[in-house]
Amino acid sequence: MAEAAIQAGCRFFAGYPITPQNEVPEYMSRRMPEASGVFIQAEAELSAINMIFGAASAGARCMTSSSSPGISLKQEGISYIAGAELPCVIANVQRGGPGLGNIRASQADYFQSVKGGGHGDYSLIVLAPSTLPELYKLTMNAFDYADYYRNPVLILSDGILGQMVEPIEIRPYEPILDLPEKNYILDGCMGRKSRVIKTLYLHPADSLMQHNIHLAEKYKKICKELQLTEEYETSDAQMVIAAYGITARIAKGAVDLARAKGMKVGLVRPITLWPFPQRDFRKLAKRMKKFLVVEMSNGQFIEDVKLAIECKRPVEFLGWGGGWYPSAENIFEKIKEIQSN
Amino acid sequence: MKISTMKLARPETLYDQATHYCPGCGHGIVHRLLGEVIDELGIREKAIGTAPVGCAVLLYDYINCDIIECAHGRPPAVATGIKRILPDRVVFTYQGDGDLAAIGTTETIHTANRGENITTIFINNAVYGMTGGQMAPTTIAGQWTTTTPAGRGSNQEGPPLKVCELLSTLGGVAYLERVAVSSPKDVRQAKQAIRKAFETQIKGKGFSLVEVLSMCPTDWKQSPKQAVDFVNNQLKQVFPLGIFKDIVP
Repeated sequence: MAEAAIQAGCRFFAGYPITPQNEVPEYMSRRMPEASGVFIQAEAELSAINMIFGAASAGARCMTSSSSPGISLKQEGISYIAGAELPCVIANVQRGGPGLGNIRASQADYFQSVKGGGHGDYSLIVLAPSTLPELYKLTMNAFDYADYYRNPVLILSDGILGQMVEPIEIRPYEPILDLPEKNYILDGCMGRKSRVIKTLYLHPADSLMQHNIHLAEKYKKICKELQLTEEYETSDAQMVIAAYGITARIAKGAVDLARAKGMKVGLVRPITLWPFPQRDFRKLAKRMKKFLVVEMSNGQFIEDVKLAIECKRPVEFLGWGGGWYPSAENIFEKIKEIQSN
Repeated sequence: MKISTMKLARPETLYDQATHYCPGCGHGIVHRLLGEVIDELGIREKAIGTAPVGCAVLLYDYINCDIIECAHGRPPAVATGIKRILPDRVVFTYQGDGDLAAIGTTETIHTANRGENITTIFINNAVYGMTGGQMAPTTIAGQWTTTTPAGRGSNQEGPPLKVCELLSTLGGVAYLERVAVSSPKDVRQAKQAIRKAFETQIKGKGFSLVEVLSMCPTDWKQSPKQAVDFVNNQLKQVFPLGIFKDIVP
């Protein structure tokens, strides 16, 4: 993730130590100076995200990373960055919660990631990689989405992806979008009028309402243009597992176990959690008899699945909270249980 | 007796705009000084400022340069991000006492200690102005505020925080001076200090801060004249004026 960010032109990283994401700031502390970029170990998560606010306003591609409790602290700054429509990339290597929880993998920050987290009416683009090669690719793409939509992008990872080792092919960065000129940055008003970046809208009285309408229209455009999924063995499936991130990777194993027994089971994996890929879920709802949601929480992602398919099909649930992950066998057992009912 | 009048030209860095500040408030004076110094140093087109949460949140309505409005207490972190990306620009924060010395104490201390090459203009009026006169970290002992109805000290609030004294122990700090704007002589000295602080940054020497003792007649429930007297007779006793650190004399 850190190398992908460097390859994508990220030249500013500020972060704070927290397990299980320490490898990112440690890597950045070595790599950023080589790339003539800036690495700052911030005194606090709040400071780190506000350094990002500053670096983004000065026009840099910039990034911070943390893990669940640290991401909670960053929410203030994330709200300001979203309100000011500045691009940046934020990585959450999720651990168990609430509170200090534990340092194992978890997916319990789903609501915080896709429903807001900080105050006010805003949305983050949320990407959920399930392998390290994908994490590498999505990190690069995240910078493009951020610049293209002028919106913060959250990479929602977890403690397994954060700690595992997997071969990746280092590919040079190429933008996937036609990126607009950054005509909003603060770099001194040489030869132009002074610029202001702000989130306070007092006058006229409806100015904040207008700003919120503008944001809502942008979010609508993102929803239309950026819904990404991967489907696995769904062409003839009668039941589909819905899972994201590392859980989806485990669920693939369960699909293989089921297929070996002749069960027509498939998998749908949202790559964008916000926007939620409603289009693909609706299409699947027409063909599938049942959905099985598997996530490392006791029930967050499932709500968006039910909303997306408008509860037109039964949605079964297998949740593993508290920093534990299910095995392919655990999921397969659940599939058998559902099929026998 | 012949009375002569003189109209002072408006600095280019100040918009031709009446401020929203209360009669007798010190912000207008400090804005003016900031505008004059930025003009005189010829840095307006290189300057990037931060606006605070508090009475000066609309700084960008008065100061004509690039400005970012920050969350409460976070301007030093935001300024750090900007300055590290654009080291040849002149970056300043404009902050009040609640912003700088309460909710943003962490950012203040660590930004100063890292020696970030930025300039902070710190307005100390011993009260939270915008929110209606609550106790600030710099409220003095015995001072009435809306949250110290029996005077500071009666409910274990501790003594006022002395920012220049505190920061003077930090290695990254290059220049620290406390001034006031409660008399013509003080105003002249305040301008010199602000100028020195910016020059310190331009020379690349590290963190510079000017603390300005300022008046808040509205929240002190005083007349503008009484407020000036309060600064001169009381605040200056608790917060002595002077240079606390200067590594480039």
